[in-house]
Amino acid sequence: MSTYTDKIRETAQRLLKECKVEMVIGFRKGSQPMMNEPCVVRSPEEVDQLIWDSNCGINLANYLTNRKEKIGIVAKGCDSRNIVTHIVENKIAREQLVIIGVPCLGMIDKRKIAAAADGEILSVTEADGQVMVKTAQATQTFAKSDVLQGNCSVCTHRNPVIHDEMIAEPVPEQTDVDPYADVAEIDAMTPEQRHAFFEELLAPCIRCYACRNACPLCYCPTCFVDESKPQWVGKGQDPADVRTFHFLRAYHCAGRCTDCGACQRACPVGINMRLLTKKLNKDCLELYGWEAGLSTETRPALDDYQPNDPENFIH
Amino acid sequence: MKNLLEHMGMEPDRLHFSWISSAESTKFVAVVNQITAKVKALGPNQRFVKKAAKVA
Repeated sequence: MSTYTDKIRETAQRLLKECKVEMVIGFRKGSQPMMNEPCVVRSPEEVDQLIWDSNCGINLANYLTNRKEKIGIVAKGCDSRNIVTHIVENKIAREQLVIIGVPCLGMIDKRKIAAAADGEILSVTEADGQVMVKTAQATQTFAKSDVLQGNCSVCTHRNPVIHDEMIAEPVPEQTDVDPYADVAEIDAMTPEQRHAFFEELLAPCIRCYACRNACPLCYCPTCFVDESKPQWVGKGQDPADVRTFHFLRAYHCAGRCTDCGACQRACPVGINMRLLTKKLNKDCLELYGWEAGLSTETRPALDDYQPNDPENFIH
Repeated sequence: MKNLLEHMGMEPDRLHFSWISSAESTKFVAVVNQITAKVKALGPNQRFVKKAAKVA
């Protein structure tokens, strides 16, 4: 992974020196273990801040919305798909971007590590598919495949779909995974069970909107939850309001979500709201053969009419 | 939308979509009868319902 870091720094430095870009968006080490933070580098002297490891789960496409500068951006598979979505939705122009592609082997789920580790985590390092967690008491080792983020373990687009530079050879894509196994599980339930399942899933929600803020798709100037004339949804923690918020948030991402996992990662109470967006992803794939963010040439499923679009829900 | 609502536990017969031209009065009547029959069979909706705020 350190070779990734070196290559990213080298590339960022070259782009900045040659004035190909005004800034490079990447990651730097956070103040806590497993909490890398996004960072903007504007001069060649600052590139040593940039790093890459398995804690770079934040989706950097979120920082491109409506920017006017020439930007270099570090992009793993899901980031690159969200960059494509941004280009398709005219939130940034392709010409403004130099995309530094990073083949990704998945990000670590900090909650899984925190749950498995004894005591306070002091540092987390990794080598050869192993994750070493150092706590005050001991050093524990986990297989990285056991502590991957849920979305990464079923990811089928690890390599950037769009890039100008690549910092390493593409990694093999996972082909033996079923990304929608958990959705199928819910689909097998009765309506009563499903209602109860989501009631329980969403019960801890504190309406902080971290999921919305972390999501690169959520760039409306005023979000529907913040509007008061009209007020679309109540602002409290009434279960019906919480459910309405999550339902609409997911629906606004229909045909656009790349399952990058930023929402779930940002959630302070650990709600897996991806079960909602994934249902829509699955429907888009099954009904329209559509996966978001794979090409700047095709129009999104909900933006495009075809005479053979399924319409069996209409009487 | 219907799919996601049902995914979250709304009954399949609760929400209906139809496309009826202003000239299709018989279709309109037929669809309304069909929908009311289905919704009546389900009974009152208990989900996605906000109870009135409790005031002390």
